[in-house]
Amino acid sequence: MITMLLSLYWSFLKVGLFTIGGGYAMIPLMEAEVITVHGWLTASEFLDIIAVAEMTPGPISINAATFIGYTMAGVAGSLIATLGVISPSLVLLLLLSRILVKVIQNPKAANFLNGLRSALVALILLASFTLGQTAIIDLPTAIIFGLLLIASLLKQVSPLYFIAAGALLGLLLFPY
Amino acid sequence: MSRQEIKTDKPESLWHILLTFLKVGAFTFGGGYAILPVIQQEVVNNKKWVSPEEFSDILIITQGMPGQLALNSAIQIGIRLRGIPGGLMGALGVTAPSVIILLAIAAYFYPLLRDNDYVQAIFYGLRPAVVALIAAAAVKMGRGILQGLNGVILCAVLLLIAIITQIHPIIILLVGGLAGMIVCKRGV
Repeated sequence: MITMLLSLYWSFLKVGLFTIGGGYAMIPLMEAEVITVHGWLTASEFLDIIAVAEMTPGPISINAATFIGYTMAGVAGSLIATLGVISPSLVLLLLLSRILVKVIQNPKAANFLNGLRSALVALILLASFTLGQTAIIDLPTAIIFGLLLIASLLKQVSPLYFIAAGALLGLLLFPY
Repeated sequence: MSRQEIKTDKPESLWHILLTFLKVGAFTFGGGYAILPVIQQEVVNNKKWVSPEEFSDILIITQGMPGQLALNSAIQIGIRLRGIPGGLMGALGVTAPSVIILLAIAAYFYPLLRDNDYVQAIFYGLRPAVVALIAAAAVKMGRGILQGLNGVILCAVLLLIAIITQIHPIIILLVGGLAGMIVCKRGV
């Protein structure tokens, strides 16, 4: 149990530390830690949790950390995983914010962040391919994916609408 | 002295900071990019805790630092109002609703509903929807970030390395950052 809690903390700490720019930046890291490195969840379970994290209020990575932590080690696991994912923000902003503000304004740091963001685009793209293999399994799921991808590229609306559309299309097209 | 004057003289109460961010955390759907405008409305327009200029400074740090967008901005606003205790209240406010709501779902509702046919059907549709959102996020980020040829080449090379080596994403991010320092010398 203690070992599980420690590895949950360490894994989610890494996710928090390298989620720069928020939002989906955490997907490739969480996928790597939770599926590839530890085998805690299958890709399909992971996607289900991200979907739930997306339709509930609050930051997606905190929601996902709570859910995954609970799945692995109950209430203690959920608290530890959440603490892990928020630790980097807490430590860096509460204790080192004055120093880090100067670091961020340094042009070298700006270039580092630019390069890191290019890497992030590649990683998020790759995550959508690997996760897509478990999500897009037949014609209806391919249609749902295609429709929603085009819609979300054309229009800037809350992800909540896409989640609602996915749920509705799932109910209509599921091979019962 | 009227209440109004007392309020402006005194520093903001920790309880008030906590309540404000609890409300943001509990009622804002759609993740960081949906939460930031709500925080802005609340702390700049409604409470006048920070000026619009201060808020854009906060945003720059929020996006350049590790961590969740909503959490990073809540901590910084809390610090401006009441130092480290204020920052902790901001963090607790945006985090607590998530933990409580997701614990209720993970412990109670999900096991109860998981095997239901309709819930299965909903998740069957949600999985490709989530993948579509992730793919769209990559494309949108790419459009915003990869302005010059250098950025595009760097992204493509890193994608190839990630596919071939199956190496941990943290390594790819660090390599990308270091390459950025070399390649982006003349600006991306």
